[in-house]
Amino acid sequence: MARTSRKANRRHPLATVVLIAIGLAFTGGGYALFSSTATADSNVAASQATVEEGSKLFAANCATCHGMNLEGSAAGPNLLGVGAASVDFQVGTGRMPLAMQGPQAMQKPPQFTEEQTAALAAYVASLSPGPAVPTDSQIADTGDATNGGELFRINCAMCHNVAGAGGALTEGKFAPELTGVDSKYVYEAMLSGPQNMPVFNDHNITPEDKRDIITYLKYLQNNPSPGGFELGNLGPVAEGLFIWIFGIGAVVALTVWLTAKSN
Amino acid sequence: MAHDETSGTDVAATSSGAGGVSNTSGRAVEPSAAVSSASGGLAVMTTDGLSDPGIPPHRKRITDLDPKKAKGAQRAVYTLFYLSIAGSIFAIAAYMAFPINSDDPGSVRLNTVFLGLGITLALMGIGIGAVHWAKTLMHDEEGVDIRHPVRSSDETRARAVEIFHEGNVESGFGRRSLIRNSLIGALVAFPLPAVILFRGLGPEGESPSELLSHTMWKAGDRLTLDPSGLPVKASDVTIGSAFHIIPEGLNDAPDRLEQKAKAAVLLMRVNPSDLNVSAGREDWNYDGIVAYSKICTHVGCPVALFEQQTHHLLCPCHQSTFDVNNECEVIFGPAKRPLPQLPITVDGEGYLVARSDFLEPVGPSFWERS
Repeated sequence: MARTSRKANRRHPLATVVLIAIGLAFTGGGYALFSSTATADSNVAASQATVEEGSKLFAANCATCHGMNLEGSAAGPNLLGVGAASVDFQVGTGRMPLAMQGPQAMQKPPQFTEEQTAALAAYVASLSPGPAVPTDSQIADTGDATNGGELFRINCAMCHNVAGAGGALTEGKFAPELTGVDSKYVYEAMLSGPQNMPVFNDHNITPEDKRDIITYLKYLQNNPSPGGFELGNLGPVAEGLFIWIFGIGAVVALTVWLTAKSN
Repeated sequence: MAHDETSGTDVAATSSGAGGVSNTSGRAVEPSAAVSSASGGLAVMTTDGLSDPGIPPHRKRITDLDPKKAKGAQRAVYTLFYLSIAGSIFAIAAYMAFPINSDDPGSVRLNTVFLGLGITLALMGIGIGAVHWAKTLMHDEEGVDIRHPVRSSDETRARAVEIFHEGNVESGFGRRSLIRNSLIGALVAFPLPAVILFRGLGPEGESPSELLSHTMWKAGDRLTLDPSGLPVKASDVTIGSAFHIIPEGLNDAPDRLEQKAKAAVLLMRVNPSDLNVSAGREDWNYDGIVAYSKICTHVGCPVALFEQQTHHLLCPCHQSTFDVNNECEVIFGPAKRPLPQLPITVDGEGYLVARSDFLEPVGPSFWERS
C-alpha cells in the first residue's frame, strides 16, 4: 500500500496529461505536415497526373452510365463537349454520382473531395473540350445588380421565382432554390444547362451579364425583404395558407369571444 | 292446427291494431298515446313539445356579485384605453425614429413593422376595451321588445296615397307632359358619355381585333435579344439553349410595351431529328432552331419554362404544357391551341431573321377569333 503510493508520487500528477498532450501534438502535427505537403504536391503536380487520377475515378464511378469514352448509354447521357464546368457543377454539388433514377438528380453531400472533383473535370475536359470552370473574377459579386435583376427576371425568374426561391416544373421536376448556392455553381449551371435547365451560353448571356446576375442574387440574399416575413418567398400558396390559418383563425377566435357571455 | 292459426292471426291483428292506435295518437289522439306508453315496447309519441320556454333565469356575472372583480374589470378597461393612447403615440414616434431610407430596403421593413404595431395597439386597445366594458360592467338584464306590426294603419296608407296625388297635382308632373318627357330623355342620355369614354380606352381609329391579330414581326426582321436588342447568329444558338427574343427595333418603338406584349418570342435549339415538322412548315425552323410565341394561348401568361431534355414548355400560371417536338401542341393543362410558331431563317450575315409575321393571332382567344 505504502509502496504503491510512493511509486505513484515519483511522477507529477499531471505527468500523464502532459505526456498525452505531447503525443497528440506530435501525431497531429506530423499528419498536418504530411497532408499539407500532399496538397502542395497536387497543386504543383503536372496536369497529366491529375488527368490520370481523374481517368481512374471516372472508370470506377461514372463509366457504368456515361461509358468509358464519355459516349453515354441508355442510363446516362454522353459527356462529349460538356467541359470541366459541367463536371464541377454535377459532382461538386453532389448531384452526381446519381443515388437513384428519378425525375431529376437531387443535390446531396458531395462524394468526392475538391481535388478528386478537379481531377474528374480535368479528365473529361482532356477528352473533349468544353466550358471551363469560371475564375474568381468572373463570379465576383461586384457587377451591376440592376442589370442583373433585369436579366434574371427575363431569363431565370419564370422557373427559379423572382426572389430565387425555386419553383415546380412538370412531372416531379423542379427548379432549385438559388439562395445560399455557391456563385461558382450558379455560373456553371448557366454555362452548362444541367439536366432540364436550358443552356445560357456566352452569346446569350455574356460573362459580364452572368456576373451581374450573380451580383443580383447575392444582393437578394444579403438584404432583408422590405415586405417583412417572406414565408419562403413562395407567393400565393404560402401566403394564402398563412392568412387562412392565422387570419381566419383570429377572426373565429374574436367572434367566439365577442358572443360569449361574461362569467 | 286451425285453432293455432286463428289465435296467430288474432295476435297479429291486435298488435297491428295497437300500432295503428299509437300512430294516430301521435297526430291527434292524446289520451291513447298515454296508454301506449304505459304498455311499453311501443313507440312513445309525446304531445307537441315546442312551447315558449320564456326567458331563462338571469345569471349574475362575477362582476355583479363581487365589487372587487368589478374594480378589476374597470381597471382592465381603462388600462386598455391607456394602452391605445400609448399605441398612437408610439406609432408617431416610430414614424420619426425609423424613417424609410431609399438606399436600404431593411429600413422599409422596420418602418412598417413598428408603425403597424403602434396602430394595431391603438385600434385593438379601443376595440377590446369597449367590448370588455360592455361584457363585464354594462347592465346586462335581459329584456323583451315586442315587434311592431309591419302593416301601417288604413288611415296612414290612405294618407300616403293622398300625398302622392297632391305631389302630382302640385308639381304638374302628370299634366305638363313635355317637362316629364324631356326629363326622362335627359336621364336616358346621361350615361351615354360613359359608354363613349370606355370605348376611348381601346385603340383609336383601329379595330381591336385587327390589332390583336398582328404583331410587329415582318419578313426580314432580325431576332434580337431581350433586353439588349443585339441580333442573334444561328451559330450562337447551341443545342439546349433558350433565348428570349424581341423583334429588331422594338426598344425604339413608341408603344414598346404594347408591342412586346404581343411579339415576345422564345427561341430554342433542339436536335433537328427530334422535331416532327408538319407539311407546309418545313422551312419554318433553321437546323433545329425554332421560335415560338411566348404568349400562352390560354390567358396570355409568358410561357418560358423550357425543359431542355424533355422539350416541354410549361406555363407557370395554369400549368399548360406544350411539346416543342410536336410544334408546341398542348399536352397538359387548360390551353386549347398550340403556341403560334414564328417562321425563321438566316440572312446573308448568318443572323436569324423572321420569314413573316405569325400566321395566326398570338395569345388568348378574343371575341372575333374563331
